[in-house]
Amino acid sequence: MKNHAWRPLWLAIGLIAAVLTARHFLVPQDFGVHGDSFTYNFYRLGAVQFWEDFPDKYQGRERCAKCHDENAEANATSKHRNIQCENCHGPGTGHPKQVKQLPINSSRELCLRCHEYLAYPSSLRSQLPGIDGDTHKAGKECRKCHDPHHPDLEG
Amino acid sequence: MSPDIVVHGAEWTVKELFVYPNEFIYWSIQIVMYPYMTGLVAGAFVLSSLYHVFGQKDLKEIAQFSLVFSLALLPVAALPLLLHLQQPTRAIEPLLTPHFTSAIAAFGIVFSTYGLIVVSEIWFVYRQYFVQQVEFLKTQPGLGNAMKRQVYRVLTMGAYDVSQPALAIDHRMAKILAAIGIPVACFLHGYAGFIFGSVKANALWMSPLMPVIFIMSAVVSGIALCMLTYIVIMESQAFLKRRRGGALQATEIRGAEKEIISKATRYLLGFLVAAISLEMLDLIFRGYTAMKSWDILRSVMYGKDFINIFVLQYTLGNLVPFLLLLLPGRTLKRTVVALILVLFGVFMMRWNVVIGGQAFSLSFSGYMHYHIPIIPHSIETFKEGLFGALTVAATPFVLFWIINKFVPSLRRDVST
Amino acid sequence: MSCSRRDFLKQSVAGAVAAAAVPAACTVIFLEPGEAEAAVEGKKLRWTFLVDTTKCVGCGFCVDACKTENEIPYDAPVSRTWVERYVVTKDGQTHIDSPNAGRDGYTTGEIRGETIDPADIDKAFFVPKLCNQCDNPPCVQVCPVGATFQTEDGVVLVDRDWCIGCGYCVMACPYGVRFFHPITKTAEKCTFCYHRITEGLQAACVQACPFGARQMGNMEDPDDPVTKIIMTERVQVLKDEYGTKPSVFYLGLDERVR
Repeated sequence: MKNHAWRPLWLAIGLIAAVLTARHFLVPQDFGVHGDSFTYNFYRLGAVQFWEDFPDKYQGRERCAKCHDENAEANATSKHRNIQCENCHGPGTGHPKQVKQLPINSSRELCLRCHEYLAYPSSLRSQLPGIDGDTHKAGKECRKCHDPHHPDLEG
Repeated sequence: MSPDIVVHGAEWTVKELFVYPNEFIYWSIQIVMYPYMTGLVAGAFVLSSLYHVFGQKDLKEIAQFSLVFSLALLPVAALPLLLHLQQPTRAIEPLLTPHFTSAIAAFGIVFSTYGLIVVSEIWFVYRQYFVQQVEFLKTQPGLGNAMKRQVYRVLTMGAYDVSQPALAIDHRMAKILAAIGIPVACFLHGYAGFIFGSVKANALWMSPLMPVIFIMSAVVSGIALCMLTYIVIMESQAFLKRRRGGALQATEIRGAEKEIISKATRYLLGFLVAAISLEMLDLIFRGYTAMKSWDILRSVMYGKDFINIFVLQYTLGNLVPFLLLLLPGRTLKRTVVALILVLFGVFMMRWNVVIGGQAFSLSFSGYMHYHIPIIPHSIETFKEGLFGALTVAATPFVLFWIINKFVPSLRRDVST
Repeated sequence: MSCSRRDFLKQSVAGAVAAAAVPAACTVIFLEPGEAEAAVEGKKLRWTFLVDTTKCVGCGFCVDACKTENEIPYDAPVSRTWVERYVVTKDGQTHIDSPNAGRDGYTTGEIRGETIDPADIDKAFFVPKLCNQCDNPPCVQVCPVGATFQTEDGVVLVDRDWCIGCGYCVMACPYGVRFFHPITKTAEKCTFCYHRITEGLQAACVQACPFGARQMGNMEDPDDPVTKIIMTERVQVLKDEYGTKPSVFYLGLDERVR
């Protein structure tokens, strides 16, 4: 049929073909529905791998204890036994090979996270041993008097 | 904080009381511009279709202009989205891996479909003119004319048949496309409303009325912009004619113009009433049902955003122009003022939806204030600032100026 | 403090690749019995999270660890997890805040510069928040390109290489857990430390919490201690009116928690 009415349609078909071709080359091979639902499981499989391969930073106290058994043992029986080494010493990734010395956070602010007394009824916070950080030996590092690894020694 | 770390939204968001740490005004001025420009496209097209489909002969003049103008507006509806994306180079992805459960996924497809319809309709309306130009320019000397002729040759797409039966086909196709175009235009914009209306996390946006409200206000703003631009262009033509001594022609232009404007005004008023009624219904319903979110919504609407919503949008943007257009003895000047106010009112409606929807925290316990970046000091503050918005607003006029060089939508002697 | 930490972070990123290989071999011991089984035999696994708000003291170690572990710029005002403080006074008002997402802990009784007399306090408590890894995640539903999704084991992740940065997911989350990563410029959210839990490690926030306020388990394993708590005790989820079906459960949640 020699009818010019269909010419814009060719244009449309050309565009659709272009998009389909582009899809073929630009969409990663592992893109698709990986699961039961198009709504929630439509993705690129490689993205899961990306997050699985994301590097760990915190190693956990068991690894620290392998070398620093003295501190770990002292700490194990203290009130601070549930605090991870890395909460104060920083993440142990790369230590000791790449990072020789982990920077220790011995600031007052760190201790005050728990031990600044807040009179909060119905919260565990008010039951922790607490001080007024502004008046209690202001400006002094807590560890000068209290051993962070075994704080219950003095009491 | 080191200077190269920019948290999107932190630049222009001021928090008050309790707001979740990650909450910022993520959708800013460009997302106000997006439904506004899309609305203008849809409105302009609907206006042109009133003539092409429903045979509203009185709208013939403005119909051709608004058809071509809607083409000029079309790319600008996508521009704000592009400027808003954090990864603009990946903008093609919604076409590559469309996730159709998302309201945004269909944008590329609906938008392209709609674009094709507009372009095709224009092609059928102006094909005869393109062919005439190819013939005419053959006799004209000069390199410029030769190049222009090549452009027209491409525009004809090889269809040179201008016999009566062929032109009849053009006519019929234009009508069919205009008819298909109306639902597609409404869909294009209605689903812009759906993008907001379906966000269940947002207490202000979530409403099934949102798409319909968006369509109505879109048509209002589209008609208003077409009328306004038409008046400005016709007035300047009449002014030029008069300066060249053609007083008679000038009066002729102004006479025709007045008649068209008064006809178009009637349609504008109709859609305006529909838009306001729906918005009022939505507001009353929220107050009456008073769900969990009503406390914070009320404090935003009747408190923090009172001026924006009730003074600027409803009074200045809806009520005043409504009266200006309805009261007897309407002059052209009064019409122009009313049209500008209508456009402003619809813009404020978009603003109050997009920015207003982010004016309160998801915790319902705090507020966020948007401070639009005026003087840009980075790409981000340009894109999502005043100048980014002005760029978007100015682009359709530049595009129209270019398109109109090849498709003379304002000449009354050229048409099918 | 923050300066030395940032320097340290740079170094640790450099050494991270080498370090990542180490735990893979020796981490099976950290697995709960049910998890180890599931990990080895590819049995059904559905991660769940339990927050015991009665145990939280607002120390903020979880937020601090999360930012470092997941490479979220330390001083940027965004965070994958945060801790909120609620102080209810005798006049019936609820004072809520979360300065710096609670990263530095709560070391003052002031809330937004306002001092509250302890005698006026009826109740006060801390509430840790994180991504709820919903069963019906609205953020995933609205992604136009499939750049965010739910894994087989129920964790919602973002594809940093495919995200276009439209922000629709950020707007769709009723919990406000999503934001744009300041460096990658893509949508960012809590992954339950997917890289750690799939290796048998605890999530960084869970490990950093000295009070056991945060725990993780496998919903598919009836013998899992966390699953047992969720199944036998009275737990709550946040904002269940949105129908999102969260995988994060709370013990001791107050009606005022938003």
